[in-house]
Amino acid sequence: MKPATHDTQPNRLAGAGLIDRSRPLSFQFDGKRYTGYDGDTLASALLAAGVRLVGRSFKYHRPRGVLTAGSEEPNALVELRGGARREANTRATVAELFDGLEARSQNRWPSLAFDVSAINSLFSPIFVAGFYYKTFMWPASFWEKLYEPAIRRAAGLGRASREADPDSCEKAHAFCDVLIIGAGAAGLAAALCAVRSGARVILCDEDFRLGGRLNGERHEIDGMSGAAWTRQVEAELRAIPEVRILLRTTVFGVYDGGMSGAHTFGALERVSDHFPIPPAHQPRQRYWKIVAKRTVLAAGAVERPIVFGGNDRPGIMLASGVRTYLNRFGVIPGRRATLFTTSDDGWKTAFDLASAGVQLAAIIDARAAVAPVLLDAARRIDTRVLLGAQVVEASGARGLQRITVRERAGQLSHVQTDTLAVSGGWNPNVALCTHLGGRARWSETIAAFVPGDVPRGMAVVGAASGSFSLQEALRQGAAAGAEAAEATGFRTVQQAEPHVSAELSAALPLWYVSGSKSKAFVDFQHDVTRADVALAAREGFRSVELLKRYTTLGMATDQGKTSSINGHAIMAALTERAIPELGTTTSRPPYTPVAIAAFAGGHRGRHFKPTRLTSAHAWAEERGATFMEAGDWLRAQWFAAPGETDWLAIVTREVKAVRASVGVCDVSTLGKIDIQGQDAAVFLDRVYINLVSTLPVGKVRYGLMLREDGLVLDDGTSAHLAPHHYLMSTTTANAAKVMRHLEHARQVLWPELDVQMVSVTEQWAQFAVAGPNARHLLARLLDDALDVSNTAFPYLACAEFSWRGVPARLFRISFSGELAYELAVPARYGDATVRAIMAAGGDFGVVPYGIEALNIMRIEKGHVTGNELNGTTTATDLGLGRMMSKKKDFIGRVLSQRAGLTDPYRPALIGIRPAEKSQRLYAGAHFLNAGAEVSLANDQGYVTSVAYSPMLGHWIGLGLLARGQERMGERVRAHSPTRGGDVDVEVVPSVFFDPEGARLQS
Amino acid sequence: MRIQCPFCGERDLSEFAYLGDADFRRPDPAAPDAETRFFEAVYLRDNPAGPHDELWYHASGCRSWLRVTRDTRTHEILAVGFPAPRS
Repeated sequence: MKPATHDTQPNRLAGAGLIDRSRPLSFQFDGKRYTGYDGDTLASALLAAGVRLVGRSFKYHRPRGVLTAGSEEPNALVELRGGARREANTRATVAELFDGLEARSQNRWPSLAFDVSAINSLFSPIFVAGFYYKTFMWPASFWEKLYEPAIRRAAGLGRASREADPDSCEKAHAFCDVLIIGAGAAGLAAALCAVRSGARVILCDEDFRLGGRLNGERHEIDGMSGAAWTRQVEAELRAIPEVRILLRTTVFGVYDGGMSGAHTFGALERVSDHFPIPPAHQPRQRYWKIVAKRTVLAAGAVERPIVFGGNDRPGIMLASGVRTYLNRFGVIPGRRATLFTTSDDGWKTAFDLASAGVQLAAIIDARAAVAPVLLDAARRIDTRVLLGAQVVEASGARGLQRITVRERAGQLSHVQTDTLAVSGGWNPNVALCTHLGGRARWSETIAAFVPGDVPRGMAVVGAASGSFSLQEALRQGAAAGAEAAEATGFRTVQQAEPHVSAELSAALPLWYVSGSKSKAFVDFQHDVTRADVALAAREGFRSVELLKRYTTLGMATDQGKTSSINGHAIMAALTERAIPELGTTTSRPPYTPVAIAAFAGGHRGRHFKPTRLTSAHAWAEERGATFMEAGDWLRAQWFAAPGETDWLAIVTREVKAVRASVGVCDVSTLGKIDIQGQDAAVFLDRVYINLVSTLPVGKVRYGLMLREDGLVLDDGTSAHLAPHHYLMSTTTANAAKVMRHLEHARQVLWPELDVQMVSVTEQWAQFAVAGPNARHLLARLLDDALDVSNTAFPYLACAEFSWRGVPARLFRISFSGELAYELAVPARYGDATVRAIMAAGGDFGVVPYGIEALNIMRIEKGHVTGNELNGTTTATDLGLGRMMSKKKDFIGRVLSQRAGLTDPYRPALIGIRPAEKSQRLYAGAHFLNAGAEVSLANDQGYVTSVAYSPMLGHWIGLGLLARGQERMGERVRAHSPTRGGDVDVEVVPSVFFDPEGARLQS
Repeated sequence: MRIQCPFCGERDLSEFAYLGDADFRRPDPAAPDAETRFFEAVYLRDNPAGPHDELWYHASGCRSWLRVTRDTRTHEILAVGFPAPRS
């Protein structure tokens, strides 16, 4: 084959490859327009166009090209797309080409070809391993102001868009008998066997095409090309409904082993990454949780670079990558190529290059002798072979031009070449074997880490297990697929073994070639050189974990896929230890980077958590309500009348209207728990600090609950609706927590009690009607359904009754301190009921009020809420200690009496008002004694709640002050450095308004 | 991680809430050393590396408290039962 004489794709071969030449795709790189084909990656299309320089390196801004053809790529990182969709650090080798794709190189200024910061290379002594710790030690203030901004500008990768992501991601769950990870030869063989048994199979591959290395090599299976065999297998698999093939899907983590060998896997499907914008109704990416009974890991292997001087020059590629670009994409990497190999496998590259018509400068094999069949083949393509030779150095400013070779006898020679294919052997992809804590094992045979302790239920096959021949991959895959299916209860039949040609697979490890003064890169992405590893060795950072952290080897986004083992091997050699003795670092999920957006899925913005609306929500909207979140609920904060804009003016008006006449507030969001059973009263006595069993039917009582450690959990009321039937209310925020607490008490602590409970929060709408005219309003509203006179229905009465044919409940309870009732109806009547309340109250000027007005009124009354029930307070702290019954035991009683919780110096609930009435107060301010220095040691407590009191005409607050109850009348400082408030306040009783409670009894 | 709820079947971890040691027993509140015993029961728990009996609440399911034996090293669920004998 000869290179096609195509204007824009000078390196594209005619006719070759698995690309669709009938579908040309236009794309841009650094603003310049290029053409590729459907089936290309960005990397293959750039190489076809003759673009070799694709990025600048992290620290030294070295020019870099494409190293690999897979997800292990450390160099070819680009920014994809523009605007809000701009995505940094995308590997060009896995970015599928689409029409209109825009990509930009990273970490260069002003341009990729001329980069000012490349001067960093000259200052490289300060960028060596540990430079963060050494160079930028002091003075400390320089770090933030000088060093960090400078380093951030000079070093680094791509830029985030800083705009909201316009696309969405989603989560999905899947279940299968057999999960097969990797759809190369081994994975496909496993899938065929498992599928033919009838097992439910999920087959995942990170590529957009099945076949794995079969697409990149010129293998033959049963007389077919690898690609043709793959197509045949795919056709069979796709015809069976029990198979789900997930292309573009990376299984990135193994989680939580099951007893039976089942595991949960995390996988990322790039659903729409190959479109400019996702198609309608499609997510950008999908995060799969896959539960598999058995797993076949056929994740393949990653080829190793060899470390020598200048080994990062654009034009130097892994040999397997060169073959993939040739065979899969029909792209030649250059015009005059050289092979540097230590394995038989690498020689395939030379033969593939030759048959593609690329001129071969030399085959350089570090081994002194190779199989004669290889030498014969090399003679047939008329290529010079240097055995026992090594590439010492590569040079060329923006791309490879020349290599220096140390020949067998030690003499140095130069070879002019623009492409160097490097094969240093293969590292099996063992990451998924180690996520559950298993360790990889060193194999001397292949000089690589292979799976050691493999998770139960997982079989590792093919190259991932260290078996590199196609024959072995097919054989192991088929066996593991059959075994996995059998283990999950399916019957398999013996399959005929495909016939494949024989391969040579001898290899000799070669980690580093000395003899060059040029930088020899171990970790391309983090610019870690062999000299850095040597420095770490000299300075004593010799364990792999210390080496990693000191030099940042393997800590880049590629997680050291092409570098870690090389680095460890070099360290082993420097410190005269064996590689297994040194060990290797633990790989943890994710295998390749996963965007946070994928984990978040649909839980973004207002969908982060569910939004619950009360049945009167539409009514509140009509009334001009501003809503705020309370737990999952949206509650009306205040109701603006036409023309009103100032929230404080609005809530002041609402409070005054309630206290002067009557108002209505939606309190449906408070938790409601229906509790029934012969032992319901006993049960309530055990969960509340006060007695409930003495409460007669038709009465409500306020109650406080503690945790077993003696601190307050929640407060609320219990209404005795009927014999053995109570209705408990909880705070809005704690409803679910209290339910769980009560279920724990019922099921775990006292299962012998006859008591049942259910949450009825959703089932009932409830409205507080409060104010001096509340009774008049209710009398008019309820008519003869219920007598609401003070004698028939006194403070803390409750009743169930039928109102206009609807079951209703009325409770005479008050949070506002006014004469108040709460009327409950089934939720579907909530909207009609609140409108009926408004209609009945028209003559009294009834106003709707929100939780801001409610909050002001409760602070005026000294009632506690979430600000005070904050998980650190005791009943005594809140002035409710006397509620603790001495006639019974209850949850939290014993520990509430321990010394720390009964210390008289504990902050206790008090009221405060500014000494200078015009001053405002801030919640969160800390109390200091008058004249005391601002320090933690002088802290006397803090302000929990503040409000502007419309009734008193100044700010008031509640707070927790050390020995607060003894300090009435004292002046202290309320100091809020974060809000700039520093106010002298007077300590006063916590009840500011109507302390006798005359209003609520009236 | 998946838990076999006796009522609902095998369910995902996200449906459950965790409490801790299933062997927590409320000491006798009338005992003379009740405070010490409560203190120990509330705060001094074993934290074994290996199988551990613990309480899980099927919050998004049947609201059952379950006694789950979990290997804390591997998250393997070894057994699921009830926290107390049921009548």
